[in-house]
This record gives sequence, C-alpha cells and structure tokens, in this order.
Amino acid sequence: MNATESFYNTPSPPGLKGIWAWLLTHDHKRIGIMYLWSVGFWFCVALCCGLLMRIELMWVGKTIMGSEVYNSLFTLHGVIMVFLFVIPAVPSIFGNFFLPIQIGADDVFFPRLNLLSWYLFMLGGLLAIVSLFLGEGFPDTGWTFYVPFSLTTDKNVVLTVTAAFILGMSSMLTGLNFITTVHRMRTKDMGWMQMPLFTWSLYATSWVQILATPVLSITLLMVIFERVFAIGLFDPGKGGDPILYQHLFWMYSHPAVYIMILPAMGLISEIIPVFSRKAVFGYKGIVISSMGIAVAGSLVWAHHMYTSGMSDVAIFVFSLLTFLVAIPTAVKVFSWIATMYKGAIEMTPPLYLALIFIYLFCIGGLTGLVLGAAGTDIHLHDTHFVVSHFHFAMFGGTGFAFFAALHYWWPKMFGIMYDFKKAYIGATLAAVGFIFHYIPMFILGMQGMPRRYYDYLPKFERGNFLAGLGGFLMVIGILLMFYNLLISFRKKKGAPQDPWGGTTLEWSVPSPPPLHNFVEEPKVKEYPYDFSEVIARAQDAQDAQDSEEEDGEKDR
Amino acid sequence: MNTQIINTQIVNTEENQHIISYKMLGIVLAALLVLTGVTVAVSTVDLGVFNVPVALLIASTKATLVLLFFMHMKYESRVIIVSFISAVVFLGIMISLMFFDVAFR
Amino acid sequence: MEKKIDKTGVRIGMWLFLYTEIILFGGLFVLYAAYFHKYPELFAQGGKELNRVLGTVNTAVLLISSFTVAASITALQRGKKGQTIALLLFSICCGALFLVNKYFEWSAKFHHDIFPNSATLQDGPDGLNIFFGLYYVITGLHALHVIIGMLLLTITLVLVIKERVHQDRFQLLENSGLYWHLVDLIWIFVFPLFYLVL
Repeated sequence: MNATESFYNTPSPPGLKGIWAWLLTHDHKRIGIMYLWSVGFWFCVALCCGLLMRIELMWVGKTIMGSEVYNSLFTLHGVIMVFLFVIPAVPSIFGNFFLPIQIGADDVFFPRLNLLSWYLFMLGGLLAIVSLFLGEGFPDTGWTFYVPFSLTTDKNVVLTVTAAFILGMSSMLTGLNFITTVHRMRTKDMGWMQMPLFTWSLYATSWVQILATPVLSITLLMVIFERVFAIGLFDPGKGGDPILYQHLFWMYSHPAVYIMILPAMGLISEIIPVFSRKAVFGYKGIVISSMGIAVAGSLVWAHHMYTSGMSDVAIFVFSLLTFLVAIPTAVKVFSWIATMYKGAIEMTPPLYLALIFIYLFCIGGLTGLVLGAAGTDIHLHDTHFVVSHFHFAMFGGTGFAFFAALHYWWPKMFGIMYDFKKAYIGATLAAVGFIFHYIPMFILGMQGMPRRYYDYLPKFERGNFLAGLGGFLMVIGILLMFYNLLISFRKKKGAPQDPWGGTTLEWSVPSPPPLHNFVEEPKVKEYPYDFSEVIARAQDAQDAQDSEEEDGEKDR
Repeated sequence: MNTQIINTQIVNTEENQHIISYKMLGIVLAALLVLTGVTVAVSTVDLGVFNVPVALLIASTKATLVLLFFMHMKYESRVIIVSFISAVVFLGIMISLMFFDVAFR
Repeated sequence: MEKKIDKTGVRIGMWLFLYTEIILFGGLFVLYAAYFHKYPELFAQGGKELNRVLGTVNTAVLLISSFTVAASITALQRGKKGQTIALLLFSICCGALFLVNKYFEWSAKFHHDIFPNSATLQDGPDGLNIFFGLYYVITGLHALHVIIGMLLLTITLVLVIKERVHQDRFQLLENSGLYWHLVDLIWIFVFPLFYLVL
C-alpha cells in the first residue's frame, strides 16, 4: 500500500467493498463525506420548501396551496433547516473531516461512535420523512412546537418530535467525540495555543452540544408525554404553565444558534488569514471570545419570550444579558477586519464567500440588537422582521460559511479544483438575491406583517412580490454554485496539495489525504498562522519566474 | 508493570491504578446512610424557609460523597472536575434565571 | 497493529455522556423548582401522600448498591474475580428490589386513582395534579434508567465471567459503574424533593 494512497482507495476497517466500505466505515473522512451528501440533500429539500412558501406569499390570497399545507410547509422548512442542515452542516461534515487532521491525529477518539452519530442522523431524517405521510400529516406548529397547540393539534407531532430527539442524540455524540479527541489526540507539540481556530470553534461548539441539547431532549419528551398521558404540566386548566415550555425550549434553542454560528466563525477565521497572507489578528482574543460566546449564549434564552407573559423583571434581565453576548461576537469581526488590514489579499471564491459572510452576518447581528432590546422587540416580535434577522444570521451567516467551506476544502477532500468564474457568478447571484429576498422582510415586519401567516393585508403585497423575485435569484445563484462544484467531478482538474497557501496541517497532506491522514510526522508550527514559509515559497516562485523572463530577454 | 497481548492490543496498567479500599468505601456508605437518616429526621421539623435549602444541602453532601469516592472524582483529572462543575453551574443558571420570571409574575 | 487504549480518554467520554443525563433530568428539576414555588402547600400535601418508608428503603437500597458497584471495581483491580461477580450480582439484585418497591408504590397510587389524568387528580387542586404529574414523569424516567443501568451491569457481569473484562482491562465495569452511580445521584435529590417535602 502506497503511503500516499488516497483514503477513497483504502477502506477502514480493511477488506470492505463497494457500498459497505462507506456504510461500515470507521474513517472520519468517509463519515464526513457521507454527511456531506445527506446534509446537502436535506438543504435542497428545505430550500424547495422555502421557495414554495415564498411563491405562495408573492400574491395576496391563495396562490399555489391551501393554508393548512402552508402551515405544515413552514414547519417542515424550519425543522429540516434547523435540525438537519444548519446545526450539523459545518461540524459534522467539515469538523469530522478536518478536526483530526488539524490536530495531527489519525482519526477521532471514538470512530465507531462517530459512525453511530451518522446513523442516528439518517434515522432522524427518515422519521421526519415518514411523519410527512402518516396519519393527519406533518405538524403545523412551527419548528418551535409551542404548547398548547402542539399538544392539541391532530398532526403527527409525536413522530416529528421523536425525529428531532434522535437528531439531538446524534449532535450530542458528535460533541462528545470532538471534546475527547481534542483533549487526548493532539499530536506532540500541539498545545492548546497551537490549535487552529477552526478546531477551537468546534471545541467550544461541542460543549454547547453536550450541555444544551439534553434540555431539548427532555422538552420534546415532555411534549410526547403530554400528548400521550395528558398530565397537564403545561396546561393552565390543570395547574400547568405554558410559558415554562417556552423557557425549556429556548434554554436549548438559543444556545443552538451558537452551535450553528461558532463553527462557521471558526471557518472564517481560517480563510481570512490565508488569503491575506497574514497572521490572524488577535488569536487569543478569538479563542477567548469563542468560549465566551458559548458561555454567554446560555444566559439569554428568554429574549425570545418578551411578549409571552413572563415577568417584567425577567424581560429586563434577559434584555440586559442579551446585549452582553454581542461583545465577543464583535471581537471576532474586528479581528477579521484587522487581519485583512495591510495584508496581501488574494481573491478566491472562499475569500469572496467569507467576505459576503461578514457583511450578511453583521446585518443579522445588528438587527439582533434591535430585537434584543425589549422595548423595540414588543413592536417587532413575531413579525417578518424576526424572520429576516434570523435568516441573515443563520443563512447569510452559517449558510454562506457552509458555501465558503465547500469552496475552501473541496480541493482537499476530492483532489479536484472547480471553475472560479462560475463560483464567483453563483456567489454574487446568491448574495444579491439574498439581499433582495430578505431586506423587504425587514420593512414588511416594521410595517406590521406577522410571520407564519398564510395570507396578509394587500398593502404588503408589493414587498412580498419583490422578496419572491429575490428568492428566485438567490436560488439560481446557489444552484449555480452547486452545479459548478458537481461538474468538477467530470472535468477532473487536479488540485495540488496546497492550492491556497495554508498553514494549518490539512494543507501539509496530500489531496485527498491517505487513510491515516499523514504521510510523515506532522510538523506543528509554534504559531498556527505563521505565513513566513508560504510567503518565502511565493517569493521564490516569483524570483524564479522573474529570472526566467530576464534570461528570455537577455537571449533576445 | 503488567502487560499482556490480547487480540493484538497491548494493554497496560500504568494509568489511574488508584484503588479505593473496601474500608474507605464502607466509611463513605456509612456516612451516606447516616445522612439519609438525618434528612428524614430533619424533615419532621418545620424550619420554615430553610426547609428546602437544608434538604438540598444534605442531598448535595451525599451527592458529593458519591461523586468523590464511589465515582473516583477525587482522583480524576482537572478536565473532568472543571467540566462537571460547569454542567452543574449550567443547571444552576437555568433554574435561577428562570426564577426572574416565575418569582416576579 | 498495536494500539494502546487511552483509558483516561474513555473515561472522559463517559463523563461527558453523564453530563447529558444530568442536564436531561435537570430540565425536570427546572419544572419542579418553578411549580414548587407556585404550589408550596399542595406539594407538601402531596409529599405526605407518598410512602416515606418505601422511599427511605429505596434510597438505602440504591446507596448500598452504589457501594457494592464501587467495591466490585476494587475487587477487579485486585484480581478477585469471584468477589467481583458476587458484588455485581448483589448490585443488580438491589436494582431489582428498587423496581419492585417502585411497582408497589405506583400500584398503590393507581389503586387510589392517582395517576396521570386520573379523575381524582383532574377534580382535585391544580397543585396536587402538578405534584403527582412531576412525580410520575421523574420517577418513571428514573426507573427507566435503573433498568438500563441493570442491563449494563448484567452485560459487564457476563463479560467478567467470560474474562473479557478483567484486572487489566475494566473500562466497561468502570463506565457501567459510573452510570449506576448517576442513577443513585438522581435519586438522592428526588427523594427529599418528593418524599420529604415540608
């Protein structure tokens, strides 16, 4: 066996053939690839749901579907996007593939548990599909499953909620695996402050996955118990308090948005230095802010509940705490900008998408402050303003970071390069379409258009129509990006080991990597973003080219 | 050092061979049973607002004994100790911040 | 291929899993805290209707079984296979005894028409309904974990007998033990909060 033999040709455990080399694999890279296709599938399904919803909303009154279908559709869109795309995408695909390599390990600590995580992910998705077709149909409660409606509606709440429960288990096990891996499998010389920022972000995320996800598990179990046994723990008629459901639900679901964004930010922290040819500004600050976001994010959940009927004291406390969590986030954005300042910028599709991320995520974050302030939130709660805010943060943020990750690590995962021009065009169409799709929603929200409404007042029609057009443009851009990546398999333009000039360990191994990741002992830099070698290599290449040209001139 | 080759895996007994004696474990059990008796006895006396705090204090003491000795936490690495405390703190945050709502309605 | 088992790593993984269980029950304690604040007298009244003797016995049973599980690890570390088996067997029996007691408790309550959504609870005061609702959910979920714990200990027992778990390789025993202690830990809090409420 050649030491540089691609992992695609060397199954682990050995001796497996065909599809079994994938379905029974212990190799973190194969598991990452399996997540790639399954998560990608769910993204496309939920994207279609979203587009169908927005087509319906483009005109007043019924357009292409009835109101009950619409309610189930926005629930489906939310459930799939949250639990089957945004939460798992970056950690389960790119975390699985690259975390071990970035720390110089040959796999995660519990490889078989890793495979189990993937099977749980698939099982959760399968249950979600099944609940579409059984009984009275997919829930119409919204992905938040608020009581009392989730307890009284006749749709398949139990099945869908069970799917989410199983997906939670998948998430927890991945977090467990990553934490143990980072603690026990770092290569020699890789201390905590030598770890790449992507790894750090996954570490912080994993703690949130471990500690916050169980709250969702128990909350969903309570929904099942209440539907089956009618105990009354959330039923005011029996002494219960429905607001407690919201407390429990958001105790997970707010930290969940940090599960969504932390790995994305870690990725951006990787991309910006590479294409600025400059060490990241404030490595320690980014590390501390990552852990800080994880901690602070667990203190603010009730900012989703200002209008629920909770006490004024709670409204005040949570509003105050919410403003605090903006601080570490700002530290990161500042660090990225400061990294680029006076750097030698090289434009590539990953950098382009990373810049789009920064722009869109900042809009998401700033509008979050508007919502975090209790006074302004009273006006905007449950309007389209909220919808726009979280799409800027989750889609403009994590979504575009996901696209950036694809474009950054595609050559490493597959050993092939894609066409840059189509990538730029696709990214631009997606970003422009995104803006035209979601900015009108801010305005509609401020004008009073509620969210999760099948129909609306005629004065909102123009904004919705414009948003729909933007949506189409956005989807075209996204499809172009995906198409471009997929046809790279056919065009087979080979990619070198280090197409970008990266300094983290994944760029020191072949593209694609061999089974045990490393051909020779990984050499850990004292500082993970030390570009001196990269710059020296580029300089040498430039000098060689210059002297060739000079010789050419001399000869004339 | 005791090594054996089993199924091509070399295992050794270097790590964490701290053995807690039966005597130590027995003392801990005795303490736990005594504390159980205490908490039952105390519950027959009405201490007003101190009822719940006292009960929780005794329970926490029992839990600490189980954690430190039965679960070997006294001899564990910092990772486990710090992360356990973090989990408990998170639970504390959930309950206490929620009280800003429930207690002031 | 040689591979050293990183026992500390395995243990870290197990503790991480335990945290998820702690938070899982923690969510139920959040509900308890909120409702106890709302219905203090009715919770006390409900507590008095629970069987203190059975509750105390069950507490002692779990504590003793925690001792025997911890002792079984000591035994195995000392290479005493026979003692290990005896202690594990005793622990599993304790678990069974706990479940038997629980069965008697629950059936007594069912007999008195106190179960989720029963007429007595529906017609009675709200606070009592909530108290017993929480009681059934928490002790029910706890009992499920007792069953899982017994299963883990039984599997470990079988592997100790077959000498696949032994003096030099006992992570399974350690981890099953940790799970069992967790079950004990939860009960240490459930007991005063439900049976000794004042």
